[in-house]
Amino acid sequence: MASSWKNVRGDFPILDQKVNGQPLVYLDNAATTQKPRVVIDALTRFYERDNANVHRGLHTLSMRSTEAFEGARARVARFLNAASPAEIVFTRGTTEAINLVAASWGGANLKAGDVILLTEMEHHSNLVPWQLVAQRTGAKLRFVPVVGDEGRLDLAALDSLLTSEVKLFAFTHISNSLGTINPVAGLCARARKAGIVTVVDAAQSVGHMPIDVQALGCDFLAFSGHKMAAVTGIGALYGRLALLDAMPPWQGGGGMIASADFFTSRWKPSPERFEAGTPNFADAYALGIACDYLDGLGRAEIQRHDGQLAEKAYHALAGLPGIRLLGPPGERGGLVSFAFRDVHAHDIVTFADEDGIALRGGHHCNQPLMRKLGLTGTTRASFYVYNTEAEIELLVRSMQRVLKFFAG
Amino acid sequence: MSSDLTDLYQQVILDHNRRPRNRGRLPTANRAAHGDNPSCGDQCDVFLRLEGDRIAEITFDGSGCAISQASASLMTTQLKGKTVAEAESLYDEFHDIVTTGRAPEEMSDLGAFAGVHAFPARIKCATLGWHAALNALKGDAAPATTESHVD
Repeated sequence: MASSWKNVRGDFPILDQKVNGQPLVYLDNAATTQKPRVVIDALTRFYERDNANVHRGLHTLSMRSTEAFEGARARVARFLNAASPAEIVFTRGTTEAINLVAASWGGANLKAGDVILLTEMEHHSNLVPWQLVAQRTGAKLRFVPVVGDEGRLDLAALDSLLTSEVKLFAFTHISNSLGTINPVAGLCARARKAGIVTVVDAAQSVGHMPIDVQALGCDFLAFSGHKMAAVTGIGALYGRLALLDAMPPWQGGGGMIASADFFTSRWKPSPERFEAGTPNFADAYALGIACDYLDGLGRAEIQRHDGQLAEKAYHALAGLPGIRLLGPPGERGGLVSFAFRDVHAHDIVTFADEDGIALRGGHHCNQPLMRKLGLTGTTRASFYVYNTEAEIELLVRSMQRVLKFFAG
Repeated sequence: MSSDLTDLYQQVILDHNRRPRNRGRLPTANRAAHGDNPSCGDQCDVFLRLEGDRIAEITFDGSGCAISQASASLMTTQLKGKTVAEAESLYDEFHDIVTTGRAPEEMSDLGAFAGVHAFPARIKCATLGWHAALNALKGDAAPATTESHVD
């Protein structure tokens, strides 16, 4: 099955519906994307034909299921250009992947006085796990500043921040609230030169652009399946094998031990060491199918498509009176984020919903950044493969109506 | 525009959102409480001066959607001069209005919030200021929230 751009909207059954009497315009893709028929069907087929618990199973279904699960791991490794499938640990998503690194790597390697370097644009998922490990170990948090509404990292400040106390640098690839694309390869190179371990939050990038973890030079990279045409409840952590194999388990249970006795156990190597309990093999299988689907469209083409829509939306919205646009005016991820002084984001989202348009309003799990920018929240429109230029015109018209209504 | 939406954003609500009444800190306040709905980010501080059993003055300050701001503003105009027991029973009536959509005729101003009931996610916006006010009346320093429980 080769996916094609020609009938891309037809691949997503959910789009064929009306909301409040209007054709659905789904612009909340940074929160979660819709799922193509091939992914939905693959999951159904798996449960109808192949479902059985994975590993150690000697019967036919268990062997099929194991093959589907480990095949998905190899598929994800290829999707990210990881050196080996053993570098892919399945998790519930980005948040769990980051918590894994914080608990396991952080717990084993951080001590009082060490510094965890973050940025001011992190989602709470790449902030709170580090706060927790800092509290446990006595490590301190420091932040690379975000400059102004254009929302770029203050890279000039980076040299003075990359001190010898810094042991780990965790940052987002694409900001979910600003659309800023951070220069990951450059950041990782500077960190590595200083002997600092890097963690990339790739929740907003993996399904939207080509990702090559070896070219990026990161030590860890986390992402979620549901933000890239796959299902909820599955995601992965990429980790360099040398680091993963030196890390202790973070959860104990079946499937992760080489041998156990009453008092001690020995661990398997990665990835099993970090996958205690029955793994989410069915959703992992669906994730692999989503990788096929996206590669059928081509990730460079997806990036171009989403980026063009975001740029068009940015410029079309810029004409609205009193609008404050966030994030860089030039190259950006597939989203626009904006605010009006007199109309709250939640009122805007309620109005847009009446027009069948799904937006997101609020702090986008970026509360500290919103506070710094003096905002209570923004309205965000985020794009994916099935969105069109015509939908952006609908968005702009809807925003014009909102403004008129509240201006009275 | 759908009738649900025009019911939600009644003229009274738009007016209080645009020109909030009794907004700001109250220097003479002897009671205050903070209301906070973390997942939507709405915040509301209520300041009041209680003379005996009666609310002599009341103000609010905060940020949030039109529903939450207008509701807090309108609340201050309704609670001024009321006793604690009257304030509590007024809240019960307001709560009925936003959850059932039915407003007694004499409740013309608070009745403007009847349209909220068609938008269950917004009920917590309409009641945030009221919860802060009730906490202030009880002398409860804990922040009020209308997100953590069914309201």
